[in-house]
Amino acid sequence: MNSKQNITLPSGITTDKILEVYEQMLMVRTIDERVWAMNRQGKVPIAASCQGHEAAQLGTLLAAESHPESFFFTYYRDLAIKFGVGLDETQIMLSYLGKQGDPYSNGRQFPLQGSDLQRNIIQLSNVVAAGMTQAVGHALASKIQKKAAVTMSFFGDGASSQGECHEAMNFAGIHKLPIIFICENNHYAISVPQNLQMAISEVSERAPGYGLESISIDGSDLLQVYESMQKAIALAKSFTPVLVEMNVERIMPHTSDDDHTRYRALSEIDQLAQRDPLLKLKTLIQDNSFASEEQLEEMLSRCNSRINTATSLAEAAPEPDTKTLLNNLFVE
Amino acid sequence: MAELSVIESIRNTLWEEMKKDPTVIVMGEDIGQRGGVFLATQGFLEEFGESRVIDTPLAEASIMGIALGASFNGLRPIPEVQFSDFIWPGLNQIIGEASKTAYGSNGELNAPMVIRIPYGGGIRGGLYHSQNVESYFFHTPGLKICAPSTPYDAKGLLKSAISDNNPVIFLEHKKTYRLVRGEVPEEDYSIPIGVADIKKSGKDVTVVSYGLMLHYCLEASRLLEDHNIDVEIIDLMSLRPLDTSTILESIKKTGKLVVVHEDNLTGGVGAEIAATVSDLGFDYLDGPIKRICGPDIPTMPFAKSLEEAYLPNTTSIFNGILELSQY
Repeated sequence: MNSKQNITLPSGITTDKILEVYEQMLMVRTIDERVWAMNRQGKVPIAASCQGHEAAQLGTLLAAESHPESFFFTYYRDLAIKFGVGLDETQIMLSYLGKQGDPYSNGRQFPLQGSDLQRNIIQLSNVVAAGMTQAVGHALASKIQKKAAVTMSFFGDGASSQGECHEAMNFAGIHKLPIIFICENNHYAISVPQNLQMAISEVSERAPGYGLESISIDGSDLLQVYESMQKAIALAKSFTPVLVEMNVERIMPHTSDDDHTRYRALSEIDQLAQRDPLLKLKTLIQDNSFASEEQLEEMLSRCNSRINTATSLAEAAPEPDTKTLLNNLFVE
Repeated sequence: MAELSVIESIRNTLWEEMKKDPTVIVMGEDIGQRGGVFLATQGFLEEFGESRVIDTPLAEASIMGIALGASFNGLRPIPEVQFSDFIWPGLNQIIGEASKTAYGSNGELNAPMVIRIPYGGGIRGGLYHSQNVESYFFHTPGLKICAPSTPYDAKGLLKSAISDNNPVIFLEHKKTYRLVRGEVPEEDYSIPIGVADIKKSGKDVTVVSYGLMLHYCLEASRLLEDHNIDVEIIDLMSLRPLDTSTILESIKKTGKLVVVHEDNLTGGVGAEIAATVSDLGFDYLDGPIKRICGPDIPTMPFAKSLEEAYLPNTTSIFNGILELSQY
């Protein structure tokens, strides 16, 4: 890993682009670490960490950049997607604190849950796999109305055990829908390891049974994700639904209410950093001299200053007005 | 004006709305080639094509979830569950997701879908083709619920349901499908959701009901005329929003209230009406609120004798009203 490389970047990806994504990833990590710390301070009630999943999410967005009509049904570990599509860190902190101005639900739901239609995201609930059949319906509607959009349905290995996961993939295969199922497989459903969730070694092995194409990759490798998702988007656009399995590590416990030392060996936890997508990308940048150490330091200090400002703004923001409690049960 | 059955009226209305609005689609088990087990969509596949008339796999969770997702993307889906008894796998998407869509996104996202549910018994359907499922939805904020009893009302309410921008549960009593006939104007009209209808006005006792039972209430009221008891019959038509003001106005006049439904007694629509009236209409009452409902067993059994014993009927409704009127 420390040996100097001379990497050939995929076509369309410049050095500047790599640095841009790296700074995004660094910012996502900074936000993630901050909300975790604020949970320990009693300020953020709950946080589901994205650490370890960032390359899978940002690499997907990188591939989707030239397809702005792409639509995302995310799940609760997808902070990098929500940030990557353009939500700013203050809006994110408002959401974590349940403050007025939370763009997803104005403090009605867990952080970053609800919808952000301006940025093509729906994430209604905490029932895993419930969003998968909805994503299929969304893709069906695109196909019926001849919209060119690809719908992406994100889920974890845990959700792959749900009946709705089966029903969603089955229907997508029958109707050849423009959809990509993206399994961010971190090999744990809270505490239950993969071998107690399924008898197979990869979720993507199920794809042929549904008539889906399958791709299985290292989701901690940004460029691998980018290239695979380009292929997946092309397939989905030509009405071949795809299941992409992104193998990642969940660096932190399930949520801020969890303690993963109760079910993961310390030796296993110690090794997680080796598959940390942020460190891997940083190493790639350093090995190829894409940026100087000073530039990297500047990025870090920009991120720290941004999160400090966002935290102050969000902490000073008002709570949602109690007069709104009964609002918007229905729309007009 | 044509005289139609309930199912004919529903079919015609679905047809009209699909003709009018290309965003309306229907989906469910056997609704395409087969035309639906009750023939609600007979001929639709030929007319509207397979992209708008979707024969789904036998999988209720995804029928509801896919319809919900399609409603987020420009369509007005009408998913059908074949029998109410099969709705349970779809409840996650209806109660867990659709009902919370607007609230959970602070009004940014909405779910314009109509979930058609043939329900109820008296047709020898046994435990799994007879169920009354309305209370589960009735308890859920964020859903609207229609339960028409006549072909005329079915058309008017279905039109409102399809144009509504929120999820609507549309309950169709199976036994009324062919049993109940009535005149249905050909012109376009709609009936607002959440407004009850006084099917017969009277001054002595208020009877509130919906669906099949409404017709038994009307029969009982005709028999009670011989006993000089003048019954007012309110057809709820919509269970949610519940039209409490029509009920309260009526008991102001009669002072007595009977609620009749086929659904189980405990925690049913009648319980909520009784609680609301005791809260807001206590001063109008001069007798206890009586509920004539299905007993607290899963639903009506298959055997003829047991099925009949479960169901309220004209005689038990007659007796209940008579008893209360003498209080």
